[in-house]
Amino acid sequence: MRKFWAWGALIFGLLYFILPLMGMTNFSLKMRRGVYSLDAYAVVLGDPRFQQTFTYSILMALATIVFGVLLVVPTAYWVRLKLPGLRPYIEFVTLLPLVIPAIVIVFGYIRLYNTSSWLPLTGSITGTNILLMFGYATLALPYMYRSVDTGLRSIDIATLTEAAQSLGAGWTTILARIILPNVLVAVLSGAFLTFAIVIGEFTMAALLNRPAFGPYMQLLGANRAYEPAALAVIAFVITWGCLGLIQLVSRFQKGAQSAT
Amino acid sequence: MSSDSSAAKQPMRAPFRLPLHWLGAVPFAIFVLLFLILPTMRIVIGAFQTPDGGFTLDNIRGLFTTSILSAYWISIKISIASALLGCLIGFSIASAVVLGGLPKWIRGPLLTFSGVASNFAGVPLAFAFLATLGPVGLLTVFLKTQLGIDLRALGFNILSFWGLTITYLFFQIPLMILIITPALDGLKREWREAAQILGATNAQYWRMVAFPILLPSFLGTLALLFANAFGAVATAIALTGSSLSIVPILLFAQIRGDVLGNPHLGYALAFGMIVVTGIANTIYIWLRARSERWLK
Repeated sequence: MRKFWAWGALIFGLLYFILPLMGMTNFSLKMRRGVYSLDAYAVVLGDPRFQQTFTYSILMALATIVFGVLLVVPTAYWVRLKLPGLRPYIEFVTLLPLVIPAIVIVFGYIRLYNTSSWLPLTGSITGTNILLMFGYATLALPYMYRSVDTGLRSIDIATLTEAAQSLGAGWTTILARIILPNVLVAVLSGAFLTFAIVIGEFTMAALLNRPAFGPYMQLLGANRAYEPAALAVIAFVITWGCLGLIQLVSRFQKGAQSAT
Repeated sequence: MSSDSSAAKQPMRAPFRLPLHWLGAVPFAIFVLLFLILPTMRIVIGAFQTPDGGFTLDNIRGLFTTSILSAYWISIKISIASALLGCLIGFSIASAVVLGGLPKWIRGPLLTFSGVASNFAGVPLAFAFLATLGPVGLLTVFLKTQLGIDLRALGFNILSFWGLTITYLFFQIPLMILIITPALDGLKREWREAAQILGATNAQYWRMVAFPILLPSFLGTLALLFANAFGAVATAIALTGSSLSIVPILLFAQIRGDVLGNPHLGYALAFGMIVVTGIANTIYIWLRARSERWLK
């Protein structure tokens, strides 16, 4: 009897999750009347605006990841090593982006960094790009920080640091050549998750008027029928790829650990 | 605090060293201050300001008009419905896999898929549901041509309360699965055995042992899912355009083009969102702290 209900719940869940995926895939293949074809994909991939916005979002994602790693890894390391009293506060702060909706944060940016303010970031294209990157880094902060902090917990950073120091290493060397390689899997997990978040982000990019992939998808959705479904499939594959890579690197680490 | 302890550790080498350790946290503090705290404070303060900077409660009072209140009400209803259903369905699926005696190999793929699906939000998710439950969607057409059920005639519309709720469930259910599975794993076999030895039936075990232990993490996740749905902008906009007046869509339109005709009413609108998600998350944090006591 218990098994019956268990299978029932699982099958209900499978149906609910598979139907929309089938729906979008099916719809994306129906652009040519009467037969399945990849026309919608061809149209989307051939659209220069797709190429521009997609490239823009990839570059933004990479910039966000680099900035996020440079910000989070030294901070999380330093807090664990020297300032353990600060940990609860920092943990609380890193959870704030989950509490404050993204739309409120970007609203604050627009008011705080407009052309007549002390730091007129929205006045120039480069400035707005930088502001958007900071915004993305804020959105990704809960995931990045938690991932890196968990990674640091599993290694003995105090001993590693002292060993490196007694061999004459400076702080940069310690961070880049001792700490980073040891938490690489955690950093990569955070990075892939950041990538998945940034690539399709809509609210911040739209309100800051940057030509990102998210606003492009929304625009296409308002004007076309079949292409949006193709975009949804592409976006799903990207998300799946990012999360799959996280699984892959963490499995790789497990394998490496059991081998030693 | 920490500088004291490290000074105690190395009293020989650096007896008069200035406590400079906190400098290492400065870049992070500056970033968080500039791009998280100050922007939010700007909104909160703006909600209580007149256009020329004086203090006022008029903006907050301005929220209590029929159209804005109904936007908040619909938002809260959708968030509660999707959070409740997400919790219940997610719990059923997770407990089916953890406790229901299903094959062990299902668990890994389920958790992986949950990770993907909980991140598959925003614009593409709206497209997926439009292609499935929209006017010419896969399921709509199938039900109409094969089974003779016309969803439209039954009053279902993807651009409605239920349409949005069903769509939100796509990221709500997986999030619940991801959070509740560790809690279900935390139910120790010993507790069930102890209950059985004392003569408890299965129902009694669930009612008097498992349920009270799981309740905090259940309610906590409920609050988190609520905030998650309440702040969702992209899915709603891509799904409904601006035909459904919920708070995030209203705020989006207000930031874009001042549709309310008063910039400071926008601040108040955003402030209201912070208050609602803030309350939900305070409940979440408090309850999670309670539930973690049992998971050691």
